[in-house]
This record gives sequence, C-alpha cells and structure tokens, in this order.
Amino acid sequence: MNMLKGAKGFWSSIVLAVVFGIAMQFLITGEIINFFYVNTLYFIGINIILAASLHLIIGITGQFSIGHAGFLAVGAYASAIITMKLELPFVLGLVAGGVAAAIAGLIIGIPTLRLKGDYLAIATLGFGEIVRIVFLNIEYVGGASGMTVTQLTTWPWLFGSILLTLLVIRNFTNSTHGRACISVRENEIAADAMGINTTYYKVVAFAIGAFFAGVAGALYAHNFFIIQPTNFGFLKSFDILIFVVLGGLGSMSGAVLAAILLTIVSTFLQSYPELRMIIYSLVLIIMMLYRPQGIMGTRELTSFFKFGKSAKGGVNDGSKNTVA
Amino acid sequence: MAVKTPLLKVNNAGIRFGGLKAVSDVNLELKQGELVGLIGPNGAGKTTFFNLLTGVYVPTEGSIELDGDKLNGLAPYKITKKGISRTFQNIRLFNELSVLDNVKVAYHSLAKHSIMSSIFRLPKHFSEEKYMEEKAVEFLKIFNLDNVMHETAKNLPYGQQRRLEIARALAANPKLLLLDEPAAGMNPQETEELMNLIALIRKRFDLTILLIEHDMLLVMGVCERIYVLDHGQLIAEGTPEQIRNNPKVIEAYLGEEVS
Repeated sequence: MNMLKGAKGFWSSIVLAVVFGIAMQFLITGEIINFFYVNTLYFIGINIILAASLHLIIGITGQFSIGHAGFLAVGAYASAIITMKLELPFVLGLVAGGVAAAIAGLIIGIPTLRLKGDYLAIATLGFGEIVRIVFLNIEYVGGASGMTVTQLTTWPWLFGSILLTLLVIRNFTNSTHGRACISVRENEIAADAMGINTTYYKVVAFAIGAFFAGVAGALYAHNFFIIQPTNFGFLKSFDILIFVVLGGLGSMSGAVLAAILLTIVSTFLQSYPELRMIIYSLVLIIMMLYRPQGIMGTRELTSFFKFGKSAKGGVNDGSKNTVA
Repeated sequence: MAVKTPLLKVNNAGIRFGGLKAVSDVNLELKQGELVGLIGPNGAGKTTFFNLLTGVYVPTEGSIELDGDKLNGLAPYKITKKGISRTFQNIRLFNELSVLDNVKVAYHSLAKHSIMSSIFRLPKHFSEEKYMEEKAVEFLKIFNLDNVMHETAKNLPYGQQRRLEIARALAANPKLLLLDEPAAGMNPQETEELMNLIALIRKRFDLTILLIEHDMLLVMGVCERIYVLDHGQLIAEGTPEQIRNNPKVIEAYLGEEVS
C-alpha cells in the first residue's frame, strides 16, 4: 500500500516535470524569455546534473572526491571528438561523454577508493589536474587554445538529461544498493561486517557519478562554442563541491537547490568577478557557522509533503527550522 | 554433545604488528550451539582476536576454520556471508539510517535484484524490496523494536541501540555470533534484559555464540565454557566454576598473590 502511494507521488512528479519542460520549451522558442535568461537556464541545468552526480559520490557514499571537473572534462572532450572530429550525431556524443567519463571513473576509482578521507581527496584532486594537463598537451584536441564546438545543446536534450540523471540517482539511492552505499558512508567497518562488498559499491557509485558528470560535460561542450583545458581547473571542481556541501550532504534536492541558487547568484555577479568570489566565500562561511548540515540536511524535498516520517527523516530539528 | 564436530576451529592463530605479538598461539574450538565466553584483562587482545575471526585483520600465523572452510585472508564481507556476524565494543550502527533500514542493510546479500533493475524500477526490484521489508519488520518484532522502526538509529536510547546492533548482526543470518562487550555501559536491569535476550535468540536461531565481556555476573551466568586471554595468549579454559578457582586467572586479574 505504502509503495503504491509512493509510486503515485513519483509519477505525478514526473508528469509535473514534463509539463514544466514543455512549457519552458514554448517560452524559449517563442522568445518570451531573452537569450541571457536562456543561457542562465542552461548553466543551471548543467550544474544540476553535476551537483546530483557528485552528491551520489560524496553525499550518499561518503567518498570525498574533489576532482569532479576531471570527469566533466573527459565527457566534454570525448563528446566533442565524436561530434566535431568524427561528425557523428549529438546523441552519440552525449552517450560517449558519459561512457568515457565512467571508464575514467573506474580507472581512477579502483586504485584510489581504498584510500580514506584526506588521502582520497588528494588523490582525486591530483586526477583532476592530470586530466587537465593531458588535454592541454594533446594537439588533436587543440591543446591550450582549445577546441571549437558547434552549439548543439538544446533545451529538450538538456532537460531530458536532467530528468534522467535525477531519476537514475534517486532510484539507485532508494534501493538496497543505495542503502549499501549509505552504510559505507555511515560506518565502513560495520558495513563490511554486515556482508556489504564496500569496495564494489564505492566503485559503482563513483562510476555512476562520473557517467553523469561526463554527460554534463557533453552538454557543456556543446553550449559554449569552445572548450579549453582552463575551463576544467580545480576551481571548477570546488564549485561543484560547494553545491553538494551547501545543499546538505546526503540530500539530492539540497544539492539541486544549491546548484540553482548559486548559479543564479554567480550569473548576476558575473560583472563583478572579484566580488563574486568574496560573496561566494562569505555565503559558505556563514552557512558553515549557522547551518553546518547545509540547506536541507539529509532530508529530501519530498519529506515535507509526507505525513509521518520519511525514510531518512527524524532529524532532531523540525522542518520549520529549515532555511531554503 | 562432545561428539559433534566443531563449528569453529582456531589453530595456533596469531597476529603480530611489526615486532609486537598482539595475539599468539590461540587454540580454540566451538561446538554447534555452544555459548562460550572470552574474558581477560584490558589490552589482553580479545577484540583483536575478534578482528582476526571476522577478517578485519589477517592472521600472520595459524589458521581459522568455520565448518571446515578456511577463513584466512578472506575479505570481511565474505566471512560474514560464510556465517560469522558480530557486534562492536563501541556501537557501530548506521546512525543516519532508520532502525528498519539498519536491518535491511544486513539483508543485502539476500537481495537478488541487480543495480539495473533498481535503476529502471523493474518488477524484480519491487518484489525483492517488498520481501526484504516484510522480513525486516517481522524480525524487528522479535526484538521489540518494531514500534521504533522508523526512528533514526542515532536517536534511540543506549539500551535499544545495543539491541538493534544485535538484531542487525542476527539479520545477516550467522551460524556464529560474536558479541563484543554487549553489556558495556548497561545498568543491572538492562544487563538482565540482555541476558534474557541472548538466551532467547540462542534458542530461536540455533546459534553458536562467542562473547567478550567484563561483567562477570553475565559471563558466569550464561556461558557454558570460558576462555581466558592474557597478554595475547590463552591462559585458561573451562567451566565458570573451574575458571573462578583457576590460580592463573586470579593472578591475571588481581595480580600475584603475596606469600
């Protein structure tokens, strides 16, 4: 019975999302919202995918990875090669971007995920930088001057990718496999003792997260006409990390919300680049002082609409204290 | 009873960390259905020995066999699947998960649906998840935890957290249950409840239990046999009565008698 109720809420939210997507499409094609806002919208969309994908790695599985821009870069370049060099359709570029990043995730994940905490962070940071340097030195993809890419990212592709990302990550999380990942985050030794193959689930979460970061990379590459290695520095990794931490470690809606809010803030601060970083940092410091658990804590948006307690609910403070 | 083949057989097992012999030459046998205590002063190597049994550490010498299968060098999760499950001295629950989900994690190895079936929400996902949920709820009823099953684990009172940890260990369907100081920090009434609980689960799940404990009342009260560990070596073995009067044990606990 409970499950049926859950399924009903699930389908209605999908229908709502699709209606929203179609409405946006009309607004865009009817040129009711101007180019600047459309561009911001694309920015937001790509950041949502990035935030959700890192949320799976850090928020759910608890693996502190700070080289996420590396996967973004792999996805961006792989898809650009598919569409620009091989002149294949964009959809193949999207898939190739995701797959290439997932493979990169496996290659980096299998040796490094046995590291813990700070060590893993340093290793992933190193990975991100290595990826950037590698692309910087490959002449085939333009080296430092970058690679020109046609604008192919459109709202339907972007919206479809967001929906797919959120659905897959949500479905994965709310299953025995997701619980296995959460148990790794909560207590790795106990998870091991309960028969969970902790290394396997860390690698799986890492690969799925990397896959969607790669998809985001493909969308990113085909939105900005040019991709350069400098776009994927470690500051980009930190941007994504901030979405996840600010939104609340363990909450996907939190990460999405933070991605939307921060993208809007930084877009409007673009004319004052030096102020942007100051305000960004201030927001973070204030947040960590007054609400260290992030915007949402570990709760999900849906838990506010349910009577009784959500699967992850039961946090000490009531929903009324939640700043959003 | 003596004719039964041992469930757990430990031959000369030991581990050294660099030059330090934390545990050495431990020989121990548990028969199916026994409740055995492992006692010893602080730092004697009791928990280290548990870590050897569960694969957290790999023994540097000797062998460990469960039902004739060698366990040396297996990853902890594989040893759990073979049938050894444990609780921890300092409670290790999945704090942010609900009580129900804590137990469901232990059922993970039973789940037959793949990651893909969960991602695409195939029928198999729903049937398996439903099966796990029903099993977990039923299980929590045995432990009187069904009324708090949606509570977050970290919000439970201490005694219930201990009980949940034992429930979770049992949900992994072990042949051998290792309890690491289950009564630590409990008051006499809670300790008594715990003793009843141990007796109950033993009967109900046909278990073999090895327990580390400092509370002598509990150890002497429920264990049939007791092993005593001191400085990483077994110094005595026997019934509670024998252990109580063993001069070596008295020496280890109280220091040498002045004559």
